[in-house]
Amino acid sequence: MTTEHVDSVKTYAIVWIALLIMTALTTSVAYFDLGRFNVVVALSIAVCKMLLVALFFMHVRHSTKLTKLVVLGGLLWLAILLVLTMADFATRSWIGV
Amino acid sequence: MISEPHVESPALREQFNSAEQQKDASSLGMWVFLITEVMFFGGMFLAYSVYRSTYPAVFGAASRTLNTTIGALNTAVLLCSSFTMVLAVRAGQLGRRKQIMVFLILTLILGMVFLGVKGYEWNEKFQEHHVPGPSFHMDGPGLQDHAQLFFSLYFAMTGLHALHMVVGVGLLSFLLYQNQRGKFSAAYYTPIDMVGLYWHFVDIIWIYLFPLLYLIDRHGG
Repeated sequence: MTTEHVDSVKTYAIVWIALLIMTALTTSVAYFDLGRFNVVVALSIAVCKMLLVALFFMHVRHSTKLTKLVVLGGLLWLAILLVLTMADFATRSWIGV
Repeated sequence: MISEPHVESPALREQFNSAEQQKDASSLGMWVFLITEVMFFGGMFLAYSVYRSTYPAVFGAASRTLNTTIGALNTAVLLCSSFTMVLAVRAGQLGRRKQIMVFLILTLILGMVFLGVKGYEWNEKFQEHHVPGPSFHMDGPGLQDHAQLFFSLYFAMTGLHALHMVVGVGLLSFLLYQNQRGKFSAAYYTPIDMVGLYWHFVDIIWIYLFPLLYLIDRHGG
């Protein structure tokens, strides 16, 4: 399935520079008051950085389908943990518990 | 044939059909381990989210005492270490032993710089009495009680992350030793690849810790 993919140093360097730029971006945006969107912007940039690291540095884009499925499954389970618990906490006040 | 990985015979264990299948199996196993780590850290991220939504003002005030500049620079250090790590894996793919050594050493140094800076930040917290416990002190409404929650989570999350970095430094040292003994070649570099996955995973955890702990409440002060 996986014949060896050797990415060029250039590819890795571009990803690395992009990661540094996004770090600078997220840090400077934090000083502007965007209301609730501060969290949204910070986490969106974090998700982009995670995707770059996972797809390129961790070679997920060259991985077998099974590995990709395991990665997605893990993220799904994490989403269940976070979303269901926060849904509970966010809605408790509605019925005054 | 069960034998130690060797330069000329890249140790194909008997249960696998091919070296490629063996490598895919290692990779899959490592990812399954990393998923358990995701869930481990996930619980802490969840605790942080719950308490931050319960005491938003307190968490904001406590978060603003952290030093963003140091945090951002340390993030950059860690991203650089991921870059050198991936270059070490690439050197492994190409079987260039000298390059493997150089990039592993660079990754090791950057990892230790990160830990050093983290230690400096923790020391600051001790001096400012921001460590949860009897000597904790913070002025402001509700801060004395609930800001300790923030700092408990801060120390637990950054501490667990730092512990993973320490383990990573140990793994890198072991790789350097193995590389020195000529264990790795283009046909067999799986350990470098696996430690690389681990190192990048620890990097990803920090990618989330940095905005959540340092950034998202910065503007309100």
